[in-house]
Amino acid sequence: MTSHLNWGLPLAAWLLSPAILGIINRVKAFFGGRKGPSLWQPYYDLSKLLRKGSVYSRSTSGILRAAPPVILACMAICTTMLPWGTIESPVSFVGDVILLAYLLGLARFATVLAALDTGSSFEGMGASREVQYAALAEPSFFLGMLVLVLHSGFQGLSGILSGISAHAGHGGGLLLLLVAGSWFVLLLTENSRIPIDDPNTHLELTMIHEVMVLDYSGPDLAYILYAAALKLWIFSALIVNLIFPLHSLPWWLQIPAFLLGMALVAVLVGVVESILARLRLLQIPKILIGSATLSLVALIVKWMG
Amino acid sequence: MVLFLVGCGFAVLGGVIALLVNGSKPARWIATIGVWIGCGLASIPVISALGDQAPHPVQWAWSMPGGSLSFALDGLSAFFCLPILLVSPLAALYGVGYLAGHARSLKAVLFFYNVLVASMLMLVATRNGLLFLVVWEIMAISSFFLVIFDDEHAHVRRAGWTYLVATHIGTAALLAMFALLGAGADSLDFTALAAMGRSLTMATVLFALAVIGFGSKAGFFALHVWLPQAHPAAPSHVSALMSGVMIKTGIYGLLRVLTLLGAPSAGWGWTLVIVGLSSGILGVAFALAQHDIKRLLAYHSVENIGIITLGLGAGVLGLSWGQPVLIMLGFGGGILHVLNHAVFKSLLFFGAGAVAHSTGLRDIDHLGGLLKRMRWTGLTFLVASAAICGLPPFNGFVSEFLIYVAAFSGLHAATPGTVVLAIGILTGLALIGGLAAACFAKAFGMVFLGEPRSDHAGGAHEVGPTMRWPMMALAVACLAIGLLAPLAVRGVLPAVAVVAGGDPGALLEAAGGAIRGLTGVVYISVTLLLVTGGLLLFRRLLPRGKQQTETGTWDCGYARPTPRMQYTASSFAQPLVDLFRTLLGTRKRGMAVRGFFPARATFETDTPDAAQERLFAPLFQSIDRLVAPIRRMQHGRVHEYLLYIAATLVLLLLFWKAGTR
Repeated sequence: MTSHLNWGLPLAAWLLSPAILGIINRVKAFFGGRKGPSLWQPYYDLSKLLRKGSVYSRSTSGILRAAPPVILACMAICTTMLPWGTIESPVSFVGDVILLAYLLGLARFATVLAALDTGSSFEGMGASREVQYAALAEPSFFLGMLVLVLHSGFQGLSGILSGISAHAGHGGGLLLLLVAGSWFVLLLTENSRIPIDDPNTHLELTMIHEVMVLDYSGPDLAYILYAAALKLWIFSALIVNLIFPLHSLPWWLQIPAFLLGMALVAVLVGVVESILARLRLLQIPKILIGSATLSLVALIVKWMG
Repeated sequence: MVLFLVGCGFAVLGGVIALLVNGSKPARWIATIGVWIGCGLASIPVISALGDQAPHPVQWAWSMPGGSLSFALDGLSAFFCLPILLVSPLAALYGVGYLAGHARSLKAVLFFYNVLVASMLMLVATRNGLLFLVVWEIMAISSFFLVIFDDEHAHVRRAGWTYLVATHIGTAALLAMFALLGAGADSLDFTALAAMGRSLTMATVLFALAVIGFGSKAGFFALHVWLPQAHPAAPSHVSALMSGVMIKTGIYGLLRVLTLLGAPSAGWGWTLVIVGLSSGILGVAFALAQHDIKRLLAYHSVENIGIITLGLGAGVLGLSWGQPVLIMLGFGGGILHVLNHAVFKSLLFFGAGAVAHSTGLRDIDHLGGLLKRMRWTGLTFLVASAAICGLPPFNGFVSEFLIYVAAFSGLHAATPGTVVLAIGILTGLALIGGLAAACFAKAFGMVFLGEPRSDHAGGAHEVGPTMRWPMMALAVACLAIGLLAPLAVRGVLPAVAVVAGGDPGALLEAAGGAIRGLTGVVYISVTLLLVTGGLLLFRRLLPRGKQQTETGTWDCGYARPTPRMQYTASSFAQPLVDLFRTLLGTRKRGMAVRGFFPARATFETDTPDAAQERLFAPLFQSIDRLVAPIRRMQHGRVHEYLLYIAATLVLLLLFWKAGTR
């Protein structure tokens, strides 16, 4: 039942994803007792950056320049695989979840290589941390997906996610909550949020993601920031599909409900960022293994029930 | 089929003429042309066998008891010929340029290279146990002589020795296996062996011997110790052929023996799954800790053999559970990964060889900034790195995708077995993929990006055309297999049909979902390339898109950065190496920094092979102690040796006399 209208979903993602960043920043401002920037500030930033020229380091080769389009293309394509409740995504096929995970991997590989291209120790440090946490995060993602597939059969991501919410009524709620919890940790990790990483820090030594993109400017930085917004959208959309009972609503109500869900996840991220301190870097592998354990518990719950 | 053997003959002939010709350059070209003609001729029957027309098998009598000179090409043999036929000519051409600067006589390396190519081709086509062992031994010996090419270095001689011992431990297991297989039969022909009935216990013993025998060639973890020594020691085109192609004959042998043993038990499948997971994870973990780029690549062969074995394990479990999807996608993914790994691993060894050729260095920590100096080597190495990490749109993703889909599809049975298998495959492959990405970010990033860390790296230059073109051809193959993925799955079908013994129609039906999925993947891959191109173009069309300023890297306010201050490969990998420290046993040596103005400090890490240090070294030492008394008999006094001979003769005569009475 996919039609051309389903392309509205990724289109909405491409248009609205920077607003998610705006919401998080407003929530953090509220907790900090400030008024905070406008919700539309990320859009202003992007349009300003796109109008600028670029500065490149003399040490770099073509990798640094080629990486931002690759990263943005990966993220933009991933958003086409995300359903909203029972409204199917325009791109859906058997095994699209595997491709989704590996496109995120490709984007990360490009980011890391671009960071190493500058020859800066700080960027190398960030890259080293990024690959470490990613290697631990990926098994956790697939474990969560295993639980969902066990529940609703192996098909496209749209089918898996709508199948799971359709069965959520009898005892599946706990299952979904556990997987969603596991993936929320991944959301924080992959999008470099507190308590894993701090998007606003100004000390290069402690950064992870932000330090890898230090040498970008102008349109390249715009691509990178926009890709980061899309990535946050991807992970939030997975979680909203898991825990919001979208399937019970008529289709036209699912759209505002989904958007409300996205806003709530953004608020949640903002609250987490405001009330938690950053973890020591050595603790992060434990958090990621904990995230995998949550999915493993979900698997056991599924098995017992 | 005769054409195939004539092809092998041409390869050997090229090697023999190279032995007789004076002058290094003509000899190199003649040997290479021999390989090209031989592979060209052999490819004709192979391609027809991959279609529906298997060439007529041949069988000649042989005076050896139980032996016969019988050859045939079925789907499995033909598919395993593909990597040999693709990589050997390219590696030979690469060798023409690579060996050019060597002062030593090249006759041995040229001759044995051609013999190795011919023996690998013949090995996958033989249909007799005894002939198989003979060809196996020719393959092992010829590759041994290739490994010890640089034999003035002690480490090369030691590597050759390790390889010789390891391969003969394997051969010993295979000898025992074929002896047991043929017990009670009057011929060691595979058709005769397959027709015999066996008890499950007997079959399991045979399977275990096959895993040890073929695993020592393929490089299953713990039996892999020769790989990280022999690959760095051998010339790079030889490492490419050995690591990309020769070790796959172990996988071929394992699959061929599976077809002889009858219905497999689930225990065999679990064995392969566990072997696959441990080889995969430990292989990549050890690779992360390496500083020598060829040693790093050798450990990645262990990792990829692990991925292949994981697929085969899923397939064997599918056979024993009667799940066609698992059979097709498990075996299919594993066997396709054989070809894929041959393509990108040979390319990586070519790249490492080009770097070593150009800079004289293999230590990653002393390289850097080579992409600007060696553009084609760098770009093709990048393609291969992305492919080995399983990233789309390249070929590595296709075979890993099949194995993932096998694990997910198996879940519909929802038995404890399928769930445990899925947990193993999904978390295992995801972890291996993540660690491989880390390792190749390190390998590519530290060698080709940033600033040169030494003068040798700074003075690097691009290699000549005979070395460049093979790399470009393989890089194109990486992308082509990735974009023709659904066709590749159909190509692997005849091979799976031989192993699974099912009819191809049912297998194709089982693969239907995965083929549809791969079609989607191909569409997305093409879209990815187009969107990336579009975004590049869009950036140029922006109002100030062409305005570019050049400056130094942001150094956080520090005024005098030098290339030596860049992050090194060791520091890049340190967090992950630390995470696996109990497994790796990395040794650190160095002086701590003392005082307010420390003048000098050194730091060194080194990760010896765990299997060698903790398993084989103690084992061989204890064997050594055990047999030490016997050594007293060997002292160099010739007259006492004559006494031994006389005593043996008398004993044998007495024995014979007692027997005849």
